[in-house]
Amino acid sequence: MTDGAARFGWFESVPPDGLEGARDVIENESTELPEDWPTRAVESDFAADESDYYNKLHSATTATMRAAVREAGRADDRQLTHSVRAIDDAERVANEVAERAVEWGESLFEDLPAGLTGARAMADREPTSSAEERAISLARRAAGLADEADALRAHVERTAPSVAPNLAEMAGPVLAARLIALAGGLESLAKKPSGTVQVIGAEDALFAHLAGRAPSPKHGVIYTHEAVRGTRLEDRGSAARALAGKLSIAARVDHYAGDLRPSIHEDLRDRVVSIRARADDEAAGESAEGGE
Amino acid sequence: MTDLPVGVKRRQFDGVSRLATRGAPVYGEPTDGEWRVWDAGRSKLGATVEAGLDTGLVGGDRVLYLGAASGTTVSHVADFAGPTYAVEFAPRPARDLVEVAERRPRLFPLLKDARRPETYAHIVESDLDAVIQDVATRDQAEVALRNQRFLARDGRLILAIKARSEDVTAAPGDVFEDVLDSLREGYEVLETVRLDPTHDSHLAVVARPR
Ligand SMILES: C[S@@+](CC[C@H](N)C(=O)[O-])C[C@H]1O[C@@H](n2cnc3c(N)ncnc32)[C@H](O)[C@@H]1O
Repeated sequence: MTDGAARFGWFESVPPDGLEGARDVIENESTELPEDWPTRAVESDFAADESDYYNKLHSATTATMRAAVREAGRADDRQLTHSVRAIDDAERVANEVAERAVEWGESLFEDLPAGLTGARAMADREPTSSAEERAISLARRAAGLADEADALRAHVERTAPSVAPNLAEMAGPVLAARLIALAGGLESLAKKPSGTVQVIGAEDALFAHLAGRAPSPKHGVIYTHEAVRGTRLEDRGSAARALAGKLSIAARVDHYAGDLRPSIHEDLRDRVVSIRARADDEAAGESAEGGE
Repeated sequence: MTDLPVGVKRRQFDGVSRLATRGAPVYGEPTDGEWRVWDAGRSKLGATVEAGLDTGLVGGDRVLYLGAASGTTVSHVADFAGPTYAVEFAPRPARDLVEVAERRPRLFPLLKDARRPETYAHIVESDLDAVIQDVATRDQAEVALRNQRFLARDGRLILAIKARSEDVTAAPGDVFEDVLDSLREGYEVLETVRLDPTHDSHLAVVARPR
């Protein structure tokens, strides 16, 4: 087979006697296309025969899953919290530094696009003076930090579903992680009433309201969710309430049970559809009234 | 009537004829000696077999099972099939799945996302006899298409489509048509049957790679 060399079997770097390192390979390696692994494993002396291969595969896969679920039961929500806070910091600082670098760069080079785009354009230049060297180096730091933010985001997207499958499915992995971080962990999110979940991230606005300085906030970080943003202004409060209610249920299922529950996602979609139908009903009512 | 796979039998339990396989009990199902009931009410594949669809499964098959959850159905599959790879991405049900796999030496559990087959193609072998899918999320056709790489040319895809996972508002019949249309990009659909009322708004599909 011509592309045989490109395919990598899990057993190829694992010692057949103790299977050390098998978990790392099973969890983190990848290959595009499968192969007749049992035959390849026997050919490469990893296993004596097919049955021996399957016995080894069985102990490697069960041990891996056992270890993974044990770890998932531990403080993975804390890892998620660090990761999502790191995204925010990295993005904020990348933007600040990019702005500074671009402002500097415009005094040295021609006009540059604003922000990170400008910093990336600068980063590709070769400096011809020591001032340029510093400005370009600064731009490269900004670009590097933005890359780090992207990598962190990808990491959150990959890990959030295993920490909180329903929250991640409902809110998207990054918003799910943000809710967990703001609540101080999955358990405390699961224990909050849905009215609190609705305003998580809007604490400043909430304090202003309690001090009599502002109307009560209708929604916190969950306003970025499509269910709220995609609903017309006068129905956003209802949408946020419905979403917060389902998010609380999702957090509870994730904390206490941990399986993906399709029904709660269907319920949310149902609710959003009926809230949005109000706008259609009114539109239909008006055109019926104005019809004659 | 299509033949049951070797290792699956109809047996009398309390005077009722029910499907059964041989293996360690998993979910409190009735047993009779080494046989245990394969409860079609709790297993879409059980209901599919019960409905008489020709799944192509004969017994001893090499299988990839997507959406294994806590192992209810895949435990029966492993009882009558050969090497069985079970993919599930949620750690909590996976906790039970490991226990089920522990007692079945040819059941290989994998904590993986079925939408990303490249993350387990270095473990799951090629040329399988069957891919069985019950993931109950959106894009069920896409999951089946991506996992086609594991199937032998004459292998079978056995799929349970849940209408409400794709779209809660559309009529199930329309949703099924949409999913089947997408599926036809890579598969020839051989047979379908509605699993109602045992499993509400679910369609069982048997297909083969094109
Ligand atoms: C309806 S349940 C499966 C029940 C199981 N087939 C049985 O009969 O015993 C669906 C399962 O698919 C899992 N699932 C959903 N999307 C998945 C994905 N992309 N990858 C892996 N598993 C997934 C869910 O976590 C859930 O456990």
